[in-house]
Amino acid sequence: MTAKVMTVTSGKGGVGKTTATANIGVALALLGQKVVCIDSDIGLRNLDVVMGLENRIVYDLVDVVEGRARLRQAMIKDKRLPDLYLIPAAQTRDKTAISPSDMVRICDELRPETDWILIDSPAGIERGFRNAIAASDTAIIVTNPEVSAVRDADRIIGLLEAEEKGPGKLVINRIKPELVERGDMLATADILEILAVDLLGLIPEDESVLISTNRGNPAALDPKSKAGQAFRDIAGRLMGEPVPFPPLDGTDSLRKRLARLMHRGGES
Amino acid sequence: MPVEVNVKGIHEGLLISFGEGSWEEAFPSLLSHLDSKPDFFLGANAIVQLGAFPLQATDLARLRSALADRGMGLRTVLSQSPVTVSAAKNLGLEVALPVRDARETPLDTELTGSDAILLHQTLRSGNSVHFPGHVTILGDVNPGAEIVAGGSVFVWGHLRGTVHAGAEGDDHSVVCALDLSPMQLRIAGYVATSPPRSGSSRPEIASLRDGRLVAETWNPKEKPPTLTGG
Repeated sequence: MTAKVMTVTSGKGGVGKTTATANIGVALALLGQKVVCIDSDIGLRNLDVVMGLENRIVYDLVDVVEGRARLRQAMIKDKRLPDLYLIPAAQTRDKTAISPSDMVRICDELRPETDWILIDSPAGIERGFRNAIAASDTAIIVTNPEVSAVRDADRIIGLLEAEEKGPGKLVINRIKPELVERGDMLATADILEILAVDLLGLIPEDESVLISTNRGNPAALDPKSKAGQAFRDIAGRLMGEPVPFPPLDGTDSLRKRLARLMHRGGES
Repeated sequence: MPVEVNVKGIHEGLLISFGEGSWEEAFPSLLSHLDSKPDFFLGANAIVQLGAFPLQATDLARLRSALADRGMGLRTVLSQSPVTVSAAKNLGLEVALPVRDARETPLDTELTGSDAILLHQTLRSGNSVHFPGHVTILGDVNPGAEIVAGGSVFVWGHLRGTVHAGAEGDDHSVVCALDLSPMQLRIAGYVATSPPRSGSSRPEIASLRDGRLVAETWNPKEKPPTLTGG
């Protein structure tokens, strides 16, 4: 095994990086992949909460970097999926506690025994972002269909290109089809025209994400959740399956989407 | 025995010169050389370097008519032989290349242009380009990107960022783009924002007219505003 290292990043805060990391990790693990999620948001850790593993933390990323724990000891095994692991961030430190070369070293150590390494990046373009992308092969850029989030995604893509981490792949989170239809939200086609990167996933706004996030039970585990299905679609695309996208123009009605989702569910 | 024939293009025409040998050998060598590439020599103006060959007016007249038969003009012969020089003068041929006047400007088929840079990439939010000359972008300029040019700005793509042309005060600078919808557009000391677009985008050119910033759809039948510094 040689792991693919992917950094989930956005520039702007609150667009759903951590939720996306947890759900894509879960969805890949559901496909039988060995996945390690790393929370690089030192000082503002969240990924453990979203994955429902907060109460199992003994050692964290900074403990590994500073030699108080071996990498194995800091890897928390998921309580539901046998091949999903989390390396949590330290809550009591800040971004300067680790360096980009520490991240490269840790990922190199994990690579031979893992299929995927997902790094949850902090918001912003400073030290924490540099740490998060240092080891990555490619990036997943999360954005929302709103002007400021797209602007920040564009900035991030420019920085990734400057670091030769490729343009990355785009996930558009929190799409409200009704708002797009009324022209009150940026349409997917408009976002893709500006950002000019490959589309990896379209996640509809879904209350079940909020509920499952608060419960530490990622939506990708819920077969009935629309957002969960969208995250499972992303995992399929990452595995190289040609999973189709819903139409991009926002004219897709909720009923048609549901019909298709149910149809797809029936096939699998 | 054939004599080597050298042909070299110079400013005044084709300079023909010969290797070792007599004129009796050189002349037929020249003719066969010309006949081997007739199209190349057609219409050319010949300058023949005769070296030390002592030629009479009849020899030169034969040379001139042989060249004329092949569509070439002979106006100048160069020679170190006084016999040849005086014969050439009698025939009305030039015996030296005109001294080029350094002040004389060549025909302006080649233009010098002015300094510009080309970026073959999309400028994303946070990217900036500052250049004292003109700026050409082959790609998009996204919102949050910035271009500051001393001259004009050309964008072969969407221009949605902030652009300042003529940043050092040149009010003849222009900004043109396939889709001109910048966040903010400045030319010299004037500032404008894009009105909301209605309909599809068309190539547009923005310039200063009577102290106002105007953007016009590119019209191939209309003369573009004059650029300076070119």
